[in-house]
Amino acid sequence: MFVARRLVLAHFWVAFVAFLGAIFLGEWQMFMRSPLSAWINNPEHYYRSVTAHGTVMAYVLPTLVAMGFGYAISELALKRPLIGLRWAWTGFWLVIVGTAMAAITVALGKASVLYTFYPPMIASPFYYLGVVLVVVGSWIWVALMSINLRAWRKENPGATVPLAMYGNLAGAYLWAWTSVGAAVEVLVLILPASLGLTDTINAGLARVFFSWTLHAIVYFWLMPAYIAFYSIVPRAIGGRLYSDTMGRVAFALFLVFSMPIGIHHLFADPQVGAGFKFVHAAMTAMVSVPTLLTVFTIVASVEIAGRLRGGKGMLGWIKALPWDNPMMLAVTFAFIMLGFGGAGGIINMSYQLNETVHNTQWVTGHFHLIFAGAIVIMYFMIAYDLWPQLMRCGSMPAGLMRTQLWLWFVGMMVLTMPWHWVGILGMPRRMAYYDYSHPELQAQAWTVTASTLGGLLLVISAVLFVYILARARRTHEAPVPYTFSEPIHMPARTPVALNTFAVWVTMMIALTLVNYGWPIVQLASLEQASVPVIPIGGR
Amino acid sequence: MSAVAEAAEQRWAIIVAAIIAVLIAMMVVTGLHWAAMPPSRVETVDVKTLHLKGEFVESNLGTALESDGKVVVRVLAQQYSFQPQCLVVPEGMPVTFRGTSSDAIHGFSIGKSNANTMMIPGFVATFTTTFRTAGEHLMPCHEYCGIGHEAMWARVQVVPQQEFLARIGQEKRLSCVRR
Ligand SMILES: [Cu+2]
Ligand SMILES: [Cu+2]
Repeated sequence: MFVARRLVLAHFWVAFVAFLGAIFLGEWQMFMRSPLSAWINNPEHYYRSVTAHGTVMAYVLPTLVAMGFGYAISELALKRPLIGLRWAWTGFWLVIVGTAMAAITVALGKASVLYTFYPPMIASPFYYLGVVLVVVGSWIWVALMSINLRAWRKENPGATVPLAMYGNLAGAYLWAWTSVGAAVEVLVLILPASLGLTDTINAGLARVFFSWTLHAIVYFWLMPAYIAFYSIVPRAIGGRLYSDTMGRVAFALFLVFSMPIGIHHLFADPQVGAGFKFVHAAMTAMVSVPTLLTVFTIVASVEIAGRLRGGKGMLGWIKALPWDNPMMLAVTFAFIMLGFGGAGGIINMSYQLNETVHNTQWVTGHFHLIFAGAIVIMYFMIAYDLWPQLMRCGSMPAGLMRTQLWLWFVGMMVLTMPWHWVGILGMPRRMAYYDYSHPELQAQAWTVTASTLGGLLLVISAVLFVYILARARRTHEAPVPYTFSEPIHMPARTPVALNTFAVWVTMMIALTLVNYGWPIVQLASLEQASVPVIPIGGR
Repeated sequence: MSAVAEAAEQRWAIIVAAIIAVLIAMMVVTGLHWAAMPPSRVETVDVKTLHLKGEFVESNLGTALESDGKVVVRVLAQQYSFQPQCLVVPEGMPVTFRGTSSDAIHGFSIGKSNANTMMIPGFVATFTTTFRTAGEHLMPCHEYCGIGHEAMWARVQVVPQQEFLARIGQEKRLSCVRR
């Protein structure tokens, strides 16, 4: 790496330290509401904790990982020093200041509104301003990624953008546009109320704006993991990438389809009509296409690795895979969790089935399996893979890494499977405690204990992860030059559409306007929909 | 090798392109169809006068047998209870719930049934379902609505049709709240 080494390290360290803190909060929440603990005497502490856990895990961790990884990709894939280093540090500090501001406000109990905000409850303005700073910091990153790619293009006219950088930019543009929904919600609707400029808020409209962000943000979280699937995994397990084109198609499709579908989070809401719910439900099916392409391509790439290592026959290549390689283990775990999570997702997205699980523990189980499971396990691998470059520390301890990954996988399954089960039985989420003396809830008590134990494994795994990163020491040898996966054959020319973003970004914006424009205009013009705000924590 | 891979990629690309084409056609058709008219069944209600007039005044809450024979249950959610806290519904008859919130966003779901909707202040949520067997269900608020959220549980009694019709004959609005 040229100039971004310390920058990337700073992003990763803050991300993972915040992650470690938030995971302890998560486990404390599970313990407090399980039969292992007495009733919490102040439920407000519980919701403070949920707000902090969600804010860090949903906004701080993925944003910093995407930013840090993005800067690393820019230098490693484009093979030129990062342009705008000083701006990048500015963005980093904005994220830090924003995180600190939000964290302090939450800790003081002045913002227990959960990371999903839920107006008409209104928290202290410092909480929202903190979140806004995090997002503004990330917008600087978006601009820098675009500028760096443009500079590279000028030097390499007509050349094919490296796949990792293509995915990186897709993630950046996706984030820039999807964050607009929550930004409008906060700046136009929530902050005026929080600052006391108005006493009413249109809660239904606010939810629609938030849903604009809420679905696609998941794909922003997911992008680093998918970039790793395509451009790190095949190389790390000694294989080849089956198809470079498939990767580009998948990234482009994420841009187009992850945006105009967010109303599927509002299936049970009264402020959106059945028509738009149906349109969003139908389009949600589409967003599984890029994931199906990815599963196909990555499994094919892994098969190549197995065959290159001498595996023969229909299934012989599986035995020949490098199972002692942490990357092999991680990608397997990620796909298993993605498989279960994806099956659950199909249930969520079908308008009818959704009714049985909406807002139950099922949903918590679902997104923990996808995000904390499949995606975060790849964040670990990204850090492990880049660490020798960043720390100049030689190779990483494979045995410890395998232990850490196994703990994460088993812990996540033990945490989420009981959640899915009781969700079907109707157990609501985000409860500070359950009254286990009620016979109906007593029968479900064991599942909460099980999830608490799963959470304990996750805490141990997270501590081990940070320990592995922290024990790395600088050695005197120069790091092995970093490489991305080689495709098995590189097409002589990449189609222009798959080397640029204009078409996809245009489609993304157009589809969003079509799918959100009318509901927003409709809701904004409803007079009675503005309701009194409910200040939380004395603002 | 490269020819094989190229053919595979091409097949995938064609499938993807076809799906996109179908999708956009569907988008245009459904978009035109629905955008031309207001979203169906979005009903608003004025939170400020909720307690004073209209269908959510206290005396009108609970289960009603409307003149057209339909069973309608009106529920109000507020921090941190439902009104009424105990609902009575018949077994084997379609039941329509109409609910709203007078303050924060609340959630409405009934035990293991599929009855599940958000209660958002300013809007009327409706949900129709049929309970197949008699018995009692828990009815928790499933959306975070403030620090008393975890204490917000109501009950639903599903009673045999005969019993339900007999009981509702005597009262204008039925509930099982102990008085
Ligand atoms: Cu979603
Ligand atoms: Cu509630």
